[in-house]
Amino acid sequence: MRVNGSQLVMEVLLQHGVDTIFGYPGGAALNLYDALYEYSDRIRSVTTAHEQGASHAADGYARATGKTGVCFATSGPGATNLVTGIATAFMDSVPLVAITANVPDSLIGRDAFQEVSISNIVIPITKHQYFVNRIEDLEDALYNAFRIAASDRKGPVLVDITKDVTAAMTNFKPRKPMPINPLPAFSKENLKRVADMINASQKPVIYCGGGVAASNAGDELLQLMDKAGIPAAHTLMSAGVIGYDNPKNLGMAGMHGTIAANKAFDRADLMIALGTRFSDRVALNPEKFGKRAQKIQIDIDTSELNKNVVVDIGITADIKDFLTELLPLIKKNGHEEWLDLATGWKKTTGDVKSGDAELHPSEIIGSVCDMTDKETIYVTDVGQHQMWAAQYLKHEHTRQFLTSGGLGTMGYGYGAAIGAQIGRPEARVIHFTGDGSFHMNLNEGVTAVSENLPIITIIMNNQVLGMVYQWQNIFYESRYSATDPHRKTNFVKIAEGFGAKGFTAETPAEFEEVFAKALKEKGPVWIDCHIAKSEYVYPMIPGGGTIEDMIIG
Amino acid sequence: MDKTERSEIISILVVNEPGVTARLGSLFARRGFNIDSFTASPTNDPKLTRITIATTGDDRKFDQMLTQTAKQEFVKTVDIMSAKSIYRELLLLKVKADKKDRSQIKEIVEIYRGRIVDLSRKSMIIELTGSSEKIDGFMDMMSCYDLIDVCRTGVTGINRGDAGISDSSEE
Repeated sequence: MRVNGSQLVMEVLLQHGVDTIFGYPGGAALNLYDALYEYSDRIRSVTTAHEQGASHAADGYARATGKTGVCFATSGPGATNLVTGIATAFMDSVPLVAITANVPDSLIGRDAFQEVSISNIVIPITKHQYFVNRIEDLEDALYNAFRIAASDRKGPVLVDITKDVTAAMTNFKPRKPMPINPLPAFSKENLKRVADMINASQKPVIYCGGGVAASNAGDELLQLMDKAGIPAAHTLMSAGVIGYDNPKNLGMAGMHGTIAANKAFDRADLMIALGTRFSDRVALNPEKFGKRAQKIQIDIDTSELNKNVVVDIGITADIKDFLTELLPLIKKNGHEEWLDLATGWKKTTGDVKSGDAELHPSEIIGSVCDMTDKETIYVTDVGQHQMWAAQYLKHEHTRQFLTSGGLGTMGYGYGAAIGAQIGRPEARVIHFTGDGSFHMNLNEGVTAVSENLPIITIIMNNQVLGMVYQWQNIFYESRYSATDPHRKTNFVKIAEGFGAKGFTAETPAEFEEVFAKALKEKGPVWIDCHIAKSEYVYPMIPGGGTIEDMIIG
Repeated sequence: MDKTERSEIISILVVNEPGVTARLGSLFARRGFNIDSFTASPTNDPKLTRITIATTGDDRKFDQMLTQTAKQEFVKTVDIMSAKSIYRELLLLKVKADKKDRSQIKEIVEIYRGRIVDLSRKSMIIELTGSSEKIDGFMDMMSCYDLIDVCRTGVTGINRGDAGISDSSEE
């Protein structure tokens, strides 16, 4: 069929099953948006308040659905506003295709109005970049972009298209998406070595990361844990991989992880690291991390092997693929004594309700858990509330806890919640945020109203930039530099100003009452929860520390 | 893993398209890999470019250099070259040389099997190819003269025998 460059983009999106894009129009993107108008019966175009929101929305859509997210932006500032969202997706291995329009090719390199070389800017934060200034290159660039984003270790790809190409005519013959790259092969010897190490181990522990969720290896992981009697701890990126109620689940590992997880890592004689990169938020001290353990690392990305912590055996493999072949070689083992010891370190979770009149973060999250169903998707911003959500939510499944783990992007949450709610309309999206994070991108409230999305935003409002405030309290003699800005924001009024509903809660009873009301709403709701600035995130191991340095609180 | 620093020559076959050196340069810069020298040129297949990088690091750094480079979409192969391979560099050197220096310099150039490719009343241009060590040695000898411009290409290399660069490292 005869199409112009913009129609070609739409046709390729349709071939890849894309039903929604998130973006913002502009001069260079006029042709692209004109095609979106034409294809509006098949592709939903969600206009955000700011391109950063669009990039986070595409990311949230991808994390919640497992599909590749797509965002659009115009040249110059439109493109640069995507950068934080692209970097966020890159750090958390989220498949994303960002399509930007650039100035006409005749103006490229002349500092034209709204010209920026976005393909050069995003080199360090994308898997690959295409700068397309010839119509004959466009189809291949788009097909490859989708292949690369979803292949191997997933991640973002950028396609920058000059405006003349978006108007140029060409022929398009519909064809299926390119197959994703084949999974990496691993040797039988290595498989056997790993099985032997596990079978010989007395105190094995599994350290599972986002790669387990990305390869959908949850079932195989549980089989391994059961068959060989191995307790497991998860990273922030793999919350939900092991069910909350699983007795072998030691909880989250790392800086704000559980005592049980960190202690088990320290005492184990074998650490089986699956789809994880030993980040500095888990392996806080790379020299002393898991110092008693032999270490096995399985990851789809070879460059992650030995990158942060030197392991005894590192194998490039897809986690599901590897575990499927490994399981028959694993001998049944109870490891009763070790399991009793490791699970015994789990703090018996008492009643999170304190009984006093003050509203505590644990109570907010406890009530949310009690009052929502198991399909609920939780999205966070970054800071104290993020860690509380990671700690207190009863994670049951993957794709239901969306958080910026690697980049730690304050302002991620609202955009991501919008993407998640659009991608999964049947599930309720709850957005946990802090007053600091929310101030960064609360403008996306307008998008939630325009799209009539029933996202409930729970603002843990302690009036300060809590995580940094906490560090200043503990490590900087309470010198609260720039963390106590004395803002006078009335979130209820802003919500109403945007056309959303706003509530305030100062006590546990008030929270339950307004949250019940919020659940009945059909559009966006903000709940401003007043909490004390003295609420800190514990346990805590300072950066570079070990289990011996843990502050229990 | 051995933590002692050593020098190696890395040979990378990449897709011949705009932006490849920018991407590779960005990767090396952001991961803290050194580039002592960098050469690039198209191969017998015009769709591919051969990049040769002289670099230093320890075991872990080289491991990261190879794996981080290999996963780039535009990279076909990447290998550490064998010490037995043949390496060459080209030097073009402009030096002040009047009547009294000229014959002395000519003598040094002949010993190193270089060539004088341009001559004027007050200067000359010398061309020399060879291993980096040979060129270093020559430069040391020439350091007592008044050098105007020193242009070295950086090292490039190729394997001895029948095997291609990427074939040999897989043995």
